[in-house]
Amino acid sequence: MVQLTLPKKSKPKQGKTWNKPENGGNWREFHIYRWSPDDDENPQIDTYFVDMDDCGPMVLDGIIWIKNKIDPTLTFRRSCREGICGSCSMNIDGSNTLACTKGLDEIKGAVKIYPLPHMAVVKDLVPDLSHFYAQHRSIEPWLKTTTPEPQKEWKQSIEDRAELDGLYECILCACCSTSCPSYWWNSDRYLGPAALLQAYRWVADSRDEATGERLDNLEDPFRLYRCHTIMNCAKACPKGLSPAKAIAELKKKLVERKY
Amino acid sequence: MSYRTPLSNVKGLGTANEGSEHFWRQRVTGVANLLLSVFLVYAAFHLVGQDLPGVKAFFQNPLHMVLAAAFVISATYHMRLGMQVVIEDYVHNEGSKIALLILNTFFTAFVALAGVYSLLKLSFGA
Repeated sequence: MVQLTLPKKSKPKQGKTWNKPENGGNWREFHIYRWSPDDDENPQIDTYFVDMDDCGPMVLDGIIWIKNKIDPTLTFRRSCREGICGSCSMNIDGSNTLACTKGLDEIKGAVKIYPLPHMAVVKDLVPDLSHFYAQHRSIEPWLKTTTPEPQKEWKQSIEDRAELDGLYECILCACCSTSCPSYWWNSDRYLGPAALLQAYRWVADSRDEATGERLDNLEDPFRLYRCHTIMNCAKACPKGLSPAKAIAELKKKLVERKY
Repeated sequence: MSYRTPLSNVKGLGTANEGSEHFWRQRVTGVANLLLSVFLVYAAFHLVGQDLPGVKAFFQNPLHMVLAAAFVISATYHMRLGMQVVIEDYVHNEGSKIALLILNTFFTAFVALAGVYSLLKLSFGA
Protein backbone atom coordinates (compact mmCIF):
# COMPACT_ATOMS: atom_id res chain seq x y z
CA MET A 1 0.00 0.00 0.00
CA VAL A 2 0.86 3.63 -0.22
CA GLN A 3 2.94 4.76 2.75
CA LEU A 4 0.90 7.38 4.59
CA THR A 5 3.28 7.98 7.50
CA LEU A 6 6.98 8.75 7.48
CA PRO A 7 9.41 5.90 8.20
CA LYS A 8 10.60 5.95 11.82
CA LYS A 9 14.04 7.33 10.95
CA SER A 10 12.52 10.14 8.86
CA LYS A 11 10.19 11.58 11.53
CA PRO A 12 11.40 15.10 12.42
CA LYS A 13 11.93 15.93 16.07
CA GLN A 14 12.33 19.20 17.94
CA GLY A 15 15.78 20.62 17.15
CA LYS A 16 17.83 23.31 18.82
CA THR A 17 17.29 27.04 19.09
CA TRP A 18 20.40 28.72 17.72
CA ASN A 19 20.11 32.37 18.78
CA LYS A 20 17.49 33.65 21.18
CA PRO A 21 17.40 37.46 20.84
CA GLU A 22 17.67 39.04 24.30
CA ASN A 23 16.99 42.72 23.85
CA GLY A 24 14.24 44.15 21.63
CA GLY A 25 14.60 44.68 17.91
CA ASN A 26 12.96 43.50 14.76
CA TRP A 27 13.48 39.70 14.88
CA ARG A 28 11.73 37.09 12.75
CA GLU A 29 11.47 33.45 13.83
CA PHE A 30 12.44 30.69 11.35
CA HIS A 31 11.76 26.96 11.82
CA ILE A 32 13.95 24.99 9.43
CA TYR A 33 14.18 21.26 8.64
CA ARG A 34 17.66 19.86 9.21
CA TRP A 35 19.00 16.47 8.28
CA SER A 36 22.53 15.32 7.67
CA PRO A 37 23.64 12.08 5.98
CA ASP A 38 26.80 12.12 8.13
CA ASP A 39 25.23 11.05 11.42
CA ASP A 40 22.53 8.55 12.28
CA GLU A 41 20.10 11.13 13.69
CA ASN A 42 16.46 11.74 12.75
CA PRO A 43 15.68 15.01 10.98
CA GLN A 44 15.08 17.92 13.34
CA ILE A 45 13.40 21.31 13.18
CA ASP A 46 15.84 24.03 14.25
CA THR A 47 14.80 27.51 15.33
CA TYR A 48 16.67 30.64 14.21
CA PHE A 49 15.94 34.33 14.67
CA VAL A 50 16.73 36.75 11.85
CA ASP A 51 17.32 40.48 12.39
CA MET A 52 14.91 42.00 9.89
CA ASP A 53 16.66 45.40 10.12
CA ASP A 54 19.75 43.72 8.64
CA CYS A 55 18.09 41.38 6.13
CA GLY A 56 16.39 41.61 2.73
CA PRO A 57 12.65 41.10 2.22
CA MET A 58 12.56 37.57 0.76
CA VAL A 59 12.67 34.14 2.40
CA LEU A 60 15.94 33.47 0.55
CA ASP A 61 17.44 36.62 2.10
CA GLY A 62 16.47 35.19 5.48
CA ILE A 63 18.14 31.82 5.03
CA ILE A 64 21.25 33.38 3.47
CA TRP A 65 21.40 35.69 6.52
CA ILE A 66 21.21 32.61 8.77
CA LYS A 67 23.95 30.83 6.81
CA ASN A 68 26.23 33.89 6.89
CA LYS A 69 25.63 35.04 10.45
CA ILE A 70 24.53 32.09 12.56
CA ASP A 71 24.97 28.62 11.08
CA PRO A 72 27.24 28.04 8.05
CA THR A 73 26.23 24.35 7.97
CA LEU A 74 22.64 25.14 6.88
CA THR A 75 22.47 23.64 3.38
CA PHE A 76 20.24 24.75 0.49
CA ARG A 77 20.44 25.40 -3.25
CA ARG A 78 20.27 28.94 -4.59
CA SER A 79 21.63 30.83 -7.54
CA CYS A 80 19.91 33.64 -9.42
CA ARG A 81 17.78 35.10 -6.58
CA GLU A 82 15.21 36.30 -9.12
CA GLY A 83 12.98 33.34 -9.93
CA ILE A 84 14.64 32.23 -13.15
CA CYS A 85 17.01 29.41 -12.19
CA GLY A 86 14.61 27.29 -10.14
CA SER A 87 17.28 26.26 -7.61
CA CYS A 88 15.78 27.50 -4.35
CA SER A 89 12.49 25.61 -4.53
CA MET A 90 11.42 24.40 -1.09
CA ASN A 91 8.32 23.99 1.04
CA ILE A 92 7.71 27.35 2.71
CA ASP A 93 4.78 27.97 5.05
CA GLY A 94 3.09 24.81 3.77
CA SER A 95 3.43 25.36 0.00
CA ASN A 96 6.12 24.58 -2.52
CA THR A 97 7.60 27.75 -3.92
CA LEU A 98 10.84 29.59 -4.66
CA ALA A 99 12.50 31.10 -1.61
CA CYS A 100 13.75 34.00 -3.72
CA THR A 101 10.32 35.18 -4.88
CA LYS A 102 8.40 34.47 -1.66
CA GLY A 103 8.20 37.63 0.45
CA LEU A 104 8.58 37.31 4.22
CA ASP A 105 5.65 39.73 4.53
CA GLU A 106 3.41 37.10 2.87
CA ILE A 107 3.89 34.76 5.83
CA LYS A 108 2.15 35.07 9.17
CA GLY A 109 4.06 34.03 12.30
CA ALA A 110 7.18 31.87 12.23
CA VAL A 111 8.61 31.04 8.79
CA LYS A 112 8.46 27.24 8.45
CA ILE A 113 10.78 25.78 5.81
CA TYR A 114 11.01 22.13 4.71
CA PRO A 115 12.56 20.48 1.65
CA LEU A 116 10.24 19.66 -1.29
CA PRO A 117 7.81 16.98 -0.08
CA HIS A 118 8.16 13.26 -0.72
CA MET A 119 11.67 13.46 -2.17
CA ALA A 120 14.80 11.77 -0.89
CA VAL A 121 16.83 14.38 0.99
CA VAL A 122 20.52 14.86 0.22
CA LYS A 123 21.02 17.26 3.13
CA ASP A 124 18.81 19.83 4.94
CA LEU A 125 16.76 21.59 2.23
CA VAL A 126 18.42 19.85 -0.74
CA PRO A 127 16.31 17.10 -2.33
CA ASP A 128 17.63 14.50 -4.77
CA LEU A 129 16.24 15.51 -8.17
CA SER A 130 18.00 12.90 -10.37
CA HIS A 131 14.77 10.97 -11.03
CA PHE A 132 12.88 14.20 -11.71
CA TYR A 133 15.52 15.30 -14.26
CA ALA A 134 15.51 11.84 -15.88
CA GLN A 135 11.73 12.15 -16.32
CA HIS A 136 12.30 15.43 -18.14
CA ARG A 137 14.99 13.77 -20.26
CA SER A 138 12.62 10.91 -21.11
CA ILE A 139 10.17 13.19 -22.95
CA GLU A 140 13.07 14.20 -25.26
CA PRO A 141 12.83 17.95 -24.76
CA TRP A 142 14.38 19.10 -28.01
CA LEU A 143 13.19 19.92 -31.54
CA LYS A 144 12.84 16.75 -33.64
CA THR A 145 12.58 17.04 -37.43
CA THR A 146 13.08 14.85 -40.48
CA THR A 147 12.74 17.57 -43.12
CA PRO A 148 16.28 18.69 -44.12
CA GLU A 149 17.35 21.67 -42.09
CA PRO A 150 16.58 25.01 -43.76
CA GLN A 151 19.41 27.38 -44.74
CA LYS A 152 18.47 29.75 -41.95
CA GLU A 153 16.10 29.10 -39.03
CA TRP A 154 12.95 26.96 -38.75
CA LYS A 155 10.23 29.51 -39.32
CA GLN A 156 7.26 29.95 -37.01
CA SER A 157 4.30 32.30 -37.34
CA ILE A 158 3.47 34.74 -34.58
CA GLU A 159 0.28 32.76 -33.82
CA ASP A 160 2.16 29.44 -33.67
CA ARG A 161 4.77 30.97 -31.39
CA ALA A 162 1.98 32.18 -29.11
CA GLU A 163 0.97 28.52 -28.59
CA LEU A 164 4.14 28.13 -26.51
CA ASP A 165 3.25 30.91 -24.08
CA GLY A 166 2.53 29.46 -20.66
CA LEU A 167 4.76 26.48 -21.47
CA TYR A 168 8.26 27.70 -22.33
CA GLU A 169 8.54 29.70 -19.08
CA CYS A 170 8.91 26.55 -16.94
CA ILE A 171 12.19 26.61 -14.97
CA LEU A 172 12.03 22.97 -13.77
CA CYS A 173 12.03 23.93 -10.11
CA ALA A 174 9.93 20.80 -9.29
CA CYS A 175 7.45 22.75 -7.12
CA CYS A 176 4.53 21.32 -9.15
CA SER A 177 5.56 17.68 -9.34
CA THR A 178 6.41 17.48 -5.65
CA SER A 179 3.06 19.06 -4.70
CA CYS A 180 1.12 16.39 -6.64
CA PRO A 181 -0.32 13.48 -4.59
CA SER A 182 -0.33 11.28 -7.69
CA TYR A 183 3.38 12.01 -8.05
CA TRP A 184 3.97 11.21 -4.36
CA TRP A 185 2.34 7.79 -4.70
CA ASN A 186 3.48 6.83 -8.20
CA SER A 187 6.50 8.91 -9.24
CA ASP A 188 8.28 5.70 -10.25
CA ARG A 189 5.91 5.43 -13.24
CA TYR A 190 3.97 8.71 -13.43
CA LEU A 191 5.99 11.42 -15.20
CA GLY A 192 4.53 14.23 -13.10
CA PRO A 193 3.26 17.70 -14.03
CA ALA A 194 6.63 19.30 -14.83
CA ALA A 195 7.74 16.65 -17.36
CA LEU A 196 4.24 16.51 -18.86
CA LEU A 197 4.08 20.30 -19.26
CA GLN A 198 7.36 20.06 -21.16
CA ALA A 199 6.03 17.12 -23.18
CA TYR A 200 3.13 19.32 -24.26
CA ARG A 201 5.50 22.23 -24.94
CA TRP A 202 7.08 20.07 -27.72
CA VAL A 203 3.75 18.63 -28.90
CA ALA A 204 2.45 22.19 -29.25
CA ASP A 205 5.53 23.39 -31.15
CA SER A 206 4.59 24.00 -34.80
CA ARG A 207 8.18 23.28 -35.95
CA ASP A 208 8.34 19.83 -34.38
CA GLU A 209 7.76 16.79 -36.62
CA ALA A 210 7.59 14.11 -33.94
CA THR A 211 4.15 14.86 -32.46
CA GLY A 212 2.90 11.31 -33.10
CA GLU A 213 5.91 9.64 -31.46
CA ARG A 214 5.70 12.04 -28.54
CA LEU A 215 2.02 11.13 -28.00
CA ASP A 216 2.85 7.40 -28.41
CA ASN A 217 5.33 7.75 -25.55
CA LEU A 218 2.62 9.14 -23.29
CA GLU A 219 -0.09 6.63 -24.22
CA ASP A 220 0.15 4.81 -20.92
CA PRO A 221 -2.06 4.43 -17.82
CA PHE A 222 0.80 5.53 -15.57
CA ARG A 223 3.03 7.95 -17.48
CA LEU A 224 0.15 10.32 -18.26
CA TYR A 225 -3.13 9.03 -16.87
CA ARG A 226 -2.17 9.12 -13.19
CA CYS A 227 -3.12 12.82 -13.44
CA HIS A 228 -6.52 13.09 -11.75
CA THR A 229 -6.82 16.86 -12.17
CA ILE A 230 -6.06 17.55 -8.52
CA MET A 231 -4.65 20.95 -9.61
CA ASN A 232 -2.02 21.30 -6.86
CA CYS A 233 0.50 21.80 -9.68
CA ALA A 234 -1.19 24.93 -10.99
CA LYS A 235 -1.61 26.24 -7.45
CA ALA A 236 2.04 25.65 -6.54
CA CYS A 237 3.75 26.91 -9.71
CA PRO A 238 5.78 30.01 -8.73
CA LYS A 239 5.78 31.10 -12.39
CA GLY A 240 1.96 31.07 -12.60
CA LEU A 241 1.84 28.28 -15.21
CA SER A 242 -0.78 25.54 -15.38
CA PRO A 243 0.68 22.06 -15.90
CA ALA A 244 -2.87 20.73 -15.30
CA LYS A 245 -4.07 22.54 -18.42
CA ALA A 246 -1.13 21.24 -20.47
CA ILE A 247 -1.91 17.68 -19.31
CA ALA A 248 -5.58 18.14 -20.24
CA GLU A 249 -4.44 19.28 -23.71
CA LEU A 250 -2.33 16.12 -24.05
CA LYS A 251 -5.32 13.94 -23.11
CA LYS A 252 -7.46 15.83 -25.63
CA LYS A 253 -4.89 15.22 -28.39
CA LEU A 254 -4.71 11.50 -27.54
CA VAL A 255 -8.51 11.17 -27.78
CA GLU A 256 -8.65 13.42 -30.86
CA ARG A 257 -6.37 11.14 -32.86
CA LYS A 258 -8.56 8.11 -32.12
CA TYR A 259 -11.74 9.49 -33.69
CA MET B 1 21.85 -1.08 -4.40
CA SER B 2 21.22 -0.77 -8.12
CA TYR B 3 23.43 0.79 -10.75
CA ARG B 4 20.52 1.32 -13.14
CA THR B 5 20.61 4.85 -14.52
CA PRO B 6 17.79 7.24 -13.57
CA LEU B 7 16.66 7.28 -17.23
CA SER B 8 16.45 3.49 -17.30
CA ASN B 9 14.25 3.63 -14.18
CA VAL B 10 11.98 6.24 -15.76
CA LYS B 11 11.62 4.32 -19.02
CA GLY B 12 10.86 1.11 -17.10
CA LEU B 13 9.00 -1.42 -19.23
CA GLY B 14 8.03 1.18 -21.84
CA THR B 15 4.54 2.40 -22.62
CA ALA B 16 1.50 0.16 -22.38
CA ASN B 17 0.19 1.75 -25.61
CA GLU B 18 -3.17 2.19 -23.97
CA GLY B 19 -4.81 4.47 -21.45
CA SER B 20 -6.78 6.86 -23.62
CA GLU B 21 -9.52 4.27 -24.22
CA HIS B 22 -9.95 3.82 -20.48
CA PHE B 23 -10.02 7.59 -20.00
CA TRP B 24 -12.55 8.02 -22.80
CA ARG B 25 -14.85 5.23 -21.59
CA GLN B 26 -14.86 6.73 -18.12
CA ARG B 27 -16.08 10.02 -19.64
CA VAL B 28 -18.68 8.35 -21.87
CA THR B 29 -20.15 6.30 -19.00
CA GLY B 30 -19.99 9.43 -16.83
CA VAL B 31 -22.13 11.36 -19.32
CA ALA B 32 -24.48 8.36 -19.66
CA ASN B 33 -24.86 8.15 -15.86
CA LEU B 34 -25.64 11.85 -15.68
CA LEU B 35 -28.39 11.58 -18.30
CA LEU B 36 -29.76 8.29 -16.96
CA SER B 37 -29.90 9.59 -13.41
CA VAL B 38 -32.66 11.96 -14.59
CA PHE B 39 -34.67 8.82 -15.35
CA LEU B 40 -33.60 7.34 -12.03
CA VAL B 41 -35.04 10.33 -10.13
CA TYR B 42 -38.25 10.09 -12.18
CA ALA B 43 -38.48 6.33 -11.45
CA ALA B 44 -37.80 6.83 -7.74
CA PHE B 45 -40.61 9.38 -7.43
CA HIS B 46 -42.92 7.13 -9.39
CA LEU B 47 -42.15 3.99 -7.39
CA VAL B 48 -42.35 5.41 -3.85
CA GLY B 49 -45.18 3.67 -2.02
CA GLN B 50 -46.02 1.30 -4.89
CA ASP B 51 -46.75 -2.34 -4.16
CA LEU B 52 -45.16 -5.20 -6.18
CA PRO B 53 -47.79 -5.24 -8.97
CA GLY B 54 -47.33 -1.46 -9.30
CA VAL B 55 -43.53 -1.83 -9.60
CA LYS B 56 -43.95 -4.65 -12.12
CA ALA B 57 -46.32 -2.52 -14.16
CA PHE B 58 -43.75 0.28 -14.19
CA PHE B 59 -41.00 -2.00 -15.53
CA GLN B 60 -43.29 -3.68 -18.06
CA ASN B 61 -43.08 -0.42 -19.96
CA PRO B 62 -40.25 -1.20 -22.44
CA LEU B 63 -38.76 2.30 -22.21
CA HIS B 64 -38.56 2.11 -18.40
CA MET B 65 -37.01 -1.35 -18.52
CA VAL B 66 -34.39 -0.38 -21.14
CA LEU B 67 -33.42 2.85 -19.38
CA ALA B 68 -33.11 1.08 -16.02
CA ALA B 69 -30.97 -1.69 -17.53
CA ALA B 70 -28.83 0.92 -19.30
CA PHE B 71 -28.29 2.68 -15.99
CA VAL B 72 -27.27 -0.54 -14.23
CA ILE B 73 -24.79 -1.45 -16.97
CA SER B 74 -23.34 2.05 -17.39
CA ALA B 75 -23.06 2.65 -13.63
CA THR B 76 -21.36 -0.68 -12.87
CA TYR B 77 -18.97 -0.30 -15.80
CA HIS B 78 -18.12 3.22 -14.61
CA MET B 79 -17.64 1.80 -11.12
CA ARG B 80 -15.23 -0.82 -12.43
CA LEU B 81 -13.17 1.75 -14.35
CA GLY B 82 -13.04 4.13 -11.38
CA MET B 83 -12.15 1.48 -8.85
CA GLN B 84 -9.41 0.19 -11.15
CA VAL B 85 -7.77 3.64 -11.06
CA VAL B 86 -8.00 3.78 -7.27
CA ILE B 87 -6.39 0.33 -6.95
CA GLU B 88 -3.60 1.24 -9.37
CA ASP B 89 -3.01 4.49 -7.46
CA TYR B 90 -2.71 3.06 -3.99
CA VAL B 91 -1.85 -0.64 -4.13
CA HIS B 92 1.79 -1.06 -5.07
CA ASN B 93 2.36 -4.75 -4.33
CA GLU B 94 2.06 -6.43 -7.75
CA GLY B 95 0.35 -9.57 -6.37
CA SER B 96 -2.28 -7.74 -4.32
CA LYS B 97 -2.84 -5.31 -7.17
CA ILE B 98 -3.61 -8.05 -9.70
CA ALA B 99 -5.82 -9.90 -7.19
CA LEU B 100 -7.79 -6.72 -6.41
CA LEU B 101 -8.17 -5.85 -10.10
CA ILE B 102 -9.65 -9.29 -10.75
CA LEU B 103 -11.95 -9.03 -7.72
CA ASN B 104 -13.01 -5.59 -8.94
CA THR B 105 -14.07 -7.01 -12.29
CA PHE B 106 -15.88 -9.97 -10.69
CA PHE B 107 -17.71 -7.80 -8.17
CA THR B 108 -18.92 -5.17 -10.65
CA ALA B 109 -19.90 -7.85 -13.19
CA PHE B 110 -21.87 -9.62 -10.47
CA VAL B 111 -23.68 -6.41 -9.48
CA ALA B 112 -24.46 -5.68 -13.14
CA LEU B 113 -25.78 -9.21 -13.83
CA ALA B 114 -27.82 -9.29 -10.63
CA GLY B 115 -29.32 -5.89 -11.45
CA VAL B 116 -30.22 -6.79 -15.02
CA TYR B 117 -31.60 -10.17 -13.93
CA SER B 118 -33.84 -8.46 -11.35
CA LEU B 119 -35.11 -6.01 -13.95
CA LEU B 120 -35.85 -8.82 -16.41
CA LYS B 121 -37.70 -10.71 -13.71
CA LEU B 122 -39.77 -7.64 -12.87
CA SER B 123 -40.46 -6.98 -16.52
CA PHE B 124 -41.17 -10.51 -17.78
CA GLY B 125 -41.63 -12.58 -14.62
CA ALA B 126 -44.94 -13.92 -13.55
